Amino acid sequence: MSMGLLRLLRGNKASAPVARERLQILLAHERGMRGQPDLLGVLREEILAVVSKHVMLDPTKVIVRLERGDEVSTLEVDIEVPNDFERKKVAVG
Amino acid sequence: MAKVLVVTSGKGGVGKTTTTAALGAALAQRGDKVVVVDFDVGLRNLDLVMGAERRVVFDLINVVQGVAKLPQALIKDKRLENLWLLPASQTRDKDALTEEGVGKVIADLRSRFDWVICDSPAGIERGASMAMRFADEAVIVTNPEVSSVRDSDRIIGMLDSKTVRAEKGERVEKHILITRYDPSRAARGEMLTIDDILEILATPLLGIIPESQDVLRASNVGTPVTLSNAEGAPARAYIDAARRLCGETIAMQVPVERKGFMDRLLRRRAA
Repeated sequence: MSMGLLRLLRGNKASAPVARERLQILLAHERGMRGQPDLLGVLREEILAVVSKHVMLDPTKVIVRLERGDEVSTLEVDIEVPNDFERKKVAVG
Repeated sequence: MAKVLVVTSGKGGVGKTTTTAALGAALAQRGDKVVVVDFDVGLRNLDLVMGAERRVVFDLINVVQGVAKLPQALIKDKRLENLWLLPASQTRDKDALTEEGVGKVIADLRSRFDWVICDSPAGIERGASMAMRFADEAVIVTNPEVSSVRDSDRIIGMLDSKTVRAEKGERVEKHILITRYDPSRAARGEMLTIDDILEILATPLLGIIPESQDVLRASNVGTPVTLSNAEGAPARAYIDAARRLCGETIAMQVPVERKGFMDRLLRRRAA
């Protein structure tokens, strides 16, 4: 009680419970991922292979990102395509 | 039966080397024959914490590569009859730690000692995986702080999957050692509590080492903390932890500094 009063007077809340909750959520997720194949790596390779059939690409300009939200997650695929890709493709084909 | 114990954490700076030296000295003082092995190739420090930095001639990689024989590389502690050090290489590449070579050295050490204590480097790369590879038991050093707990969880996952024992379907016996613990901050809700950490990591507790000036002072002078101030709070906590490793049942407590007001005043002046 006196600890609580003291904290009230100083106006800062205990941060340890926040640490504990954040860890529990994070580790539940990380433990589930353990031993799984690297999902983003696999996605990136396959997307790269499919798009490369039609467009000349620089493999380093393909970025795949997954952001977890509370209810839904978003998969972001960012592919930088050079402006003259069609001409290059024709030249190659 | 010799036991191979890895002291590991994932995160750096949590007290692996301090713990290796302290547990090694505490076990040797009980009469067991102990070797502490530094796996931190390129960034060795166990020699310094043990006060043997000027006596290193050969190292673990010399032995792995057959350049030196094991007895040539082992450094005998000057204080304790039963305590030995196998230093890491400061110059060579850690890729020189081959699984086959390390396995042979560990097998040889098993035949000579009661305890082979492997001081793991931070991280999850080759040095860390080789340090835990042949372990029978593991001490996971954890600070009451989110990044340390997360890394400990990752290391526990590796101990359960990447060790020889795990691959044979056996278990590496795991223990959590909480270091730098400050009971008053935990009581104020500013620091994860022991219960929080144990619940999250679901692993039994070996000991609680309180935050203390003794630890820095011990490393300054190159003496394991259990020898430099055997009556101090961290030394008593490490000695209890060593006894638990030997199978004794000892009530868990956070040792506190036994100091009067004048003591503190004098110490502050001296420091």
